[in-house]
Amino acid sequence: MKYINRHWKDKANSTWMLVCTGIIIVLPFVLIIGLYLKSALLFEKCSFIDLIFSKEWKPWENKFGFAPFIICSLWVSILALLLSAPVCLLTAIYLTHYAKSRVLKIMQPVIDILAGIPSVIYGVWGILVIVPFVAKLGNFFGIHTTGYTILSGALVLSVMIIPFILNVLIEILRTIPEELSEASLSLGATKWETIKYVIIKKAFTGIISAFGLGLSRAFGETIAVLMVVGNVVKIPQGVFDAGYPLPALIANNYGEMLSIPMYDSALMMAALILLVIVILFNTASRMYIYRLEKYR
Amino acid sequence: MEPSGKIKIQNLNLFIGKQQILKNINAEIPENKITVILGPSGCGKTTLLKTLNRLTDLYENIKISGTVEMGNEDILHTKTDITKIRRKMGLVSQRPYPLPMSIYGNIAYGLKISGHTKKQFLDEKVEYYLKVTHLWEEVKDRLKQPASALSVGQQQRLCLARGLAVDPEIILADEPASALDPVSSMAIEELFTELKSWYTIVVVTHILRQAKRIADHVIFMYLGEVIEQGPAGEFFENPKMEKTKAYIKGAFN
Amino acid sequence: MMVFATLTIILVLLLIIASIIYKGLPALSWDMISQTPKGGYYFGKGGGILNAIIGSVYLSFGATFLALIVGLPVALYMNVFLVKHKKTVHALRFILDILWGIPSIVYGALGFIFMIWLGLKTSLLAGIITVTILIIPIMIRSMDEALKFVPRGLFESALSLGSTRSEISFKVFLRQCIPGIITAILLSFGRAIGDAAAVLFTTGYTDNIQGSLSHPAATLPLAIFFQLGSPVPEVKERAYASAMVLIMIILIISIAARIFSQKYYKDKIKF
Repeated sequence: MKYINRHWKDKANSTWMLVCTGIIIVLPFVLIIGLYLKSALLFEKCSFIDLIFSKEWKPWENKFGFAPFIICSLWVSILALLLSAPVCLLTAIYLTHYAKSRVLKIMQPVIDILAGIPSVIYGVWGILVIVPFVAKLGNFFGIHTTGYTILSGALVLSVMIIPFILNVLIEILRTIPEELSEASLSLGATKWETIKYVIIKKAFTGIISAFGLGLSRAFGETIAVLMVVGNVVKIPQGVFDAGYPLPALIANNYGEMLSIPMYDSALMMAALILLVIVILFNTASRMYIYRLEKYR
Repeated sequence: MEPSGKIKIQNLNLFIGKQQILKNINAEIPENKITVILGPSGCGKTTLLKTLNRLTDLYENIKISGTVEMGNEDILHTKTDITKIRRKMGLVSQRPYPLPMSIYGNIAYGLKISGHTKKQFLDEKVEYYLKVTHLWEEVKDRLKQPASALSVGQQQRLCLARGLAVDPEIILADEPASALDPVSSMAIEELFTELKSWYTIVVVTHILRQAKRIADHVIFMYLGEVIEQGPAGEFFENPKMEKTKAYIKGAFN
Repeated sequence: MMVFATLTIILVLLLIIASIIYKGLPALSWDMISQTPKGGYYFGKGGGILNAIIGSVYLSFGATFLALIVGLPVALYMNVFLVKHKKTVHALRFILDILWGIPSIVYGALGFIFMIWLGLKTSLLAGIITVTILIIPIMIRSMDEALKFVPRGLFESALSLGSTRSEISFKVFLRQCIPGIITAILLSFGRAIGDAAAVLFTTGYTDNIQGSLSHPAATLPLAIFFQLGSPVPEVKERAYASAMVLIMIILIISIAARIFSQKYYKDKIKF
């Protein structure tokens, strides 16, 4: 009797586990299909290419061109990556190959807290510190600006993606055997040469993947960027221009979404574009990282 | 050869944290001979070897006292640039660690960072050292391929060639055959025997037979101490200490 | 230069916390956290953000609880039932990592689609469900990181004692990893309470304290966001104060998670 009871318990438990696992597997497909169905209306009216490359965004005239938003998102994300990549790389090399383990113990909570700070807080910080700073910087170069610019968005983002990039980089650089740097040092190389020619070279694909992950994280970040980037629909000409990134488009207009025909479709399509880009970046980067871990 | 090929270790103590790894080591390494540091695993052989070119710098919580003299210089306390000292000592590690470059790039690496950029010079050196290590015939058609494509035995010889290319006086080898098949490890042993007329070679091993095959001079270590040292013939034929006798008979490993 | 880079990161973190506290502390008062917005609150009159604090706590507890119900079984399933299907586990980890990478605004949009499809209005329930989906991958992956280090030997010896697999899951794996799992839960809770983009569409906003699941709810991140958009200086000040409340909650959670994971190393049976 007791055995049967246990048996059924086991059955019930494993079924529950299996069902939950099933839900997880289905989830990404639900995401894509759901968003696609919603944006399908728009596809029927305009061609995909037009939508992506058109610069005109006039929802009330039924003109939906996503180009300004996509380009602005690219500007902000790539700039953010350029700012944070060198800092992350140097820090990761330092932490994994040179620093005492005590330093890593101090840095781990720092990284965790940076990762845990909500994006709205980053936004507040951006308004308090970064925006005035960028405005001053603009004046210094003789450009009149309020500070709500692409550059501000990129600066805030560059801090936000540090923990993501750094964690992945540390994982990757740990896979490089200590003996490899010993070999290089024994040949008379300095520490710096060893980093440049051996460590970075050995981990190159991994480093690029980490940056890819950071970039996709930056691409999807919404609230913090939205708060400092200015939200003006145009194709940015320089870093001191205001911009309007893709996620901000979705977040800012949800209220009036149902008031203009096709508008909800267009916003859902923006979400779809965002999703597809992020998944592509993520998949490519993760693939590389998994491959690296396999050969460890 | 300059007299600096000889290394003199005096009163060397090494701690990692509170644990003493090396206990009052006094030893000499004669030049142009193969010196084997012999002993069971975990007795501090590798640490002693790494102290010789100060790779111990890379580890935490290490405290070292004593002197390691090479030439007239105490390399533990020298003001000379440590990279110059390391360049005088080629390292061959337990497993081959080819640098993430081509076969050619691996050998040219040390030369390039010491400022040699002429292609002709590099070509000559690469060819020369690949010949010294009997690799040339096997790899001459694929110098641009990544070094990781070679077999482990070939990689180990490549690592040796890479070390030789920066013109060291001393070769430090840490169980150089432990990851290799018997044929490749014989090849390495033969190489060492050939090379000893030009270099001072220090080999760490726990394999008694390997020591017997290649050693000219033996330093026997046990639990962080040097138990006995001396010329190989005497050491194996007529050991003085009880522990040495037991070890040679195979009482412990 | 490497040290400099490391220091930069530490400095930036300190700068963020310092600037929020510097601006938020003067505006913070007991009224702020003990009262709901009074009439004219958004023009600088009396009241506080209690509605948002309560709403956020409801939302995060609800979402974390739901995510635990779905997430824990998956994490256990991956590590107990799928031990011999390495490839499946890798594929699952891959999917989870991808899900983790999807921006929260996309989850928000999806939640919105379903709301419309089901004919629901913005409500606490919709918010809880959306945030649950958002934090599930985070929760599972962090639990998985703890569970995957349970040694094979422990698993095998438990099997040899005649335990069923689900008994092993809940009695051996879960117990061995309890601190790691609590850390994962706290991490997810922190993510749930801090996220703004996913609740923007689905949860709505209200000045009242939450009465039921089917009504809109205020959340702390959105409270900050809306108050900051106000032209009235007093209201902006309150946004900084609210930001400080939020960052304090996050810091406390973060420290708690750290203490648990430290304990994790102490209590675990070591092999």
